[in-house]
Amino acid sequence: MLKKSLSLTLVLVLLAVALPGGVSARDEVTIRYFNFSSDPDHIEDLAEMVALFEEANPDINVEVSSAPYADYFTLLQADFVGGDPPDVFELNYENFVSYAANDVLLDLTPYLAEDTPYYPRALEAFQYGGIQGALPETFSTVLLFYNKDLFDEAGVDYPTADWTWDDAMAAGEAITVLGDDTWGLYSPIQFWEFYKKAGQNGCQFFNDDMTESTINEPECVEALEMMVSFMDGDVMPDELELAGLPNEELFAQGDLGMLVTGIWMFALFADAPFEWDIELEPGLANKGHHFFANGIAVAADTDHPAEAAAWAQFLTASREAATIRVDTGWELPALDQPEYFEAYLAMDNPSNRAAVFQALESPITPPVIERQNEMQDIVNDLLSAVAIGELDPQTALDIAKDELDALIQ
Amino acid sequence: MAGQRGLQKWGWVLVFLAPSLLGLLVFMVGPILYSLRLTLYDWNLLSDPDYVGTANFVELYHDDTFWTAFEHTLTFLLFYIPSVLVLALLTALLLNRPLRGIAFFRAATFVPVVSSWVVVSLMWRWIFNPRYGLLNFGLAKIGIDGPAWLFDPDSALHAIIIASVWKDIGFIAVMYLAGLQNISHTYYEAARIDGAHPIQLFRHITLPLLTPTTFFALIISLINGFQIFEQAWLMPERFARRGTTVVVEQIVNNAFRYNRMGYAATMSWVLFGVIFAVTLVQLALQKRWVQYEQ
Repeated sequence: MLKKSLSLTLVLVLLAVALPGGVSARDEVTIRYFNFSSDPDHIEDLAEMVALFEEANPDINVEVSSAPYADYFTLLQADFVGGDPPDVFELNYENFVSYAANDVLLDLTPYLAEDTPYYPRALEAFQYGGIQGALPETFSTVLLFYNKDLFDEAGVDYPTADWTWDDAMAAGEAITVLGDDTWGLYSPIQFWEFYKKAGQNGCQFFNDDMTESTINEPECVEALEMMVSFMDGDVMPDELELAGLPNEELFAQGDLGMLVTGIWMFALFADAPFEWDIELEPGLANKGHHFFANGIAVAADTDHPAEAAAWAQFLTASREAATIRVDTGWELPALDQPEYFEAYLAMDNPSNRAAVFQALESPITPPVIERQNEMQDIVNDLLSAVAIGELDPQTALDIAKDELDALIQ
Repeated sequence: MAGQRGLQKWGWVLVFLAPSLLGLLVFMVGPILYSLRLTLYDWNLLSDPDYVGTANFVELYHDDTFWTAFEHTLTFLLFYIPSVLVLALLTALLLNRPLRGIAFFRAATFVPVVSSWVVVSLMWRWIFNPRYGLLNFGLAKIGIDGPAWLFDPDSALHAIIIASVWKDIGFIAVMYLAGLQNISHTYYEAARIDGAHPIQLFRHITLPLLTPTTFFALIISLINGFQIFEQAWLMPERFARRGTTVVVEQIVNNAFRYNRMGYAATMSWVLFGVIFAVTLVQLALQKRWVQYEQ
């Protein structure tokens, strides 16, 4: 009997020790923030933002955890399945809709200060089903990178902001003839490039009310035909001619005249042994540029919505966070505040950094549906078939239409 | 009284089994049963599972991508199984000779087996590279214009088969080697006295007495072959993937990229059913050709 009551006491004591020590006088709140964009290069920069935020909000603690992009969404999903999601977390634009459609995101509209300087287009991108499901954190885009030395050697004029793909093709032809292993142009044949080129030709993958796919409309077919024509015209190497060499590497080696790729490649080309610059991407019927964005979302069932929203807003819209992002060469904040970017614009190599912001004037956001990855795989698979000549563009896109129609039902 | 003691005994058995039994139940049996239940649900991990009855099975029946993947898996097995068995047997015969330094060669044949597929894939990607690779260089020397291998959907699966056979020879060869060393010398001696020559010895003594090993190797290779994944995921270039997608790749895609857990579970159970059926047929047929020593 004594033994029993002793052990009972022991258990009670242990419980008392293990339980949180009551609410402290200051009512401090801890919010958990999960992200991929700081991992691995910007962990310290993020810590600096946290420090600044906690300084301004002494009652809020931010507990950061990070994972590399490749693992991030698996981990995030596991947190949701386990019923213990982080309070605040990063979402890229393509994954945003799946989360928003499953009602797991907090509507941030009530917490949003009126004068937040987001690019309106970026803010709209993270609205879904009538709620502001996330705040735009950063953006990125894709431009035309060109090797000035090869242009000089071929005696053709540098690209300009109002080039069309015909101009690019002509310049590419002149550069290709410079040598056996020299190529004029590279623009990958995949989902991301295709929806953009289709957009440049005024074609979208789906109709406005998302009831049907329009991917096999003549304008889309024409855009795809043009993409393949770079390869058929021998201005662009095919997979076999590259034989495993990444296209960025081909450009970095100085063997490629023009490359369509993202502004995140600046660092890779910084030490290139030739002169290079960037320009707006050539267009078809109109101009069009990728608008890639990361957003910050708050879990719908967080215990501290106001504090979580405050952190989300600080991360995305504060001058402090913006300055850290620009200064450390992290991604660019999606803010319509030219003065935040002066240092960035003044940097060299590439010197035409204004193009990065000009691209924002003709944004094309990716088609986004709930079954996003399936759509991408279907389109990529069919584009592969076109690239190796197994299917012609029209047939491939007819098949794509049927399969995408099935996906959105 | 006896009943109570029996109960007590089993209680202790359970206590001692608990550490590993619990792990098995929680991490193996539980998920397996749960996945069986999931075949009747639509579950995207974020919302609660939706009961859909047999809809997953109906969809699978009409899913061209899945059946294409199934066809690729069967093509893989068709070429892989005979090649790996024959080559492993030949290797085992060579390794069974009383040569100086044979231990080294035995160890060397096993190196590919213990190597990671990630490393092996990288190596074979270089060998198969149509422009810089060793294989097409060698073929060119003897006047053959090699295929584009991993760059071409028509030849990529064959490249994967070649790499897989190379990697697994050592594993099967070890089984054959054990089988060979179990054959009693008396059979050979008796046959030689009767005037049998080496080919007859092989045909009438070695092969029949190895059939239990062959049977075992066949079942193991079939089960592993149906589950081919890493090499098909890692080796082919992007445009060639059309020709190499396999069943487990579809399962991984549906479960972890498309968030369709129920559908992926359905695929898994169909694959399990096929492997189970094939193995049952194997077991039923073994009487006809497997000879166990008396």
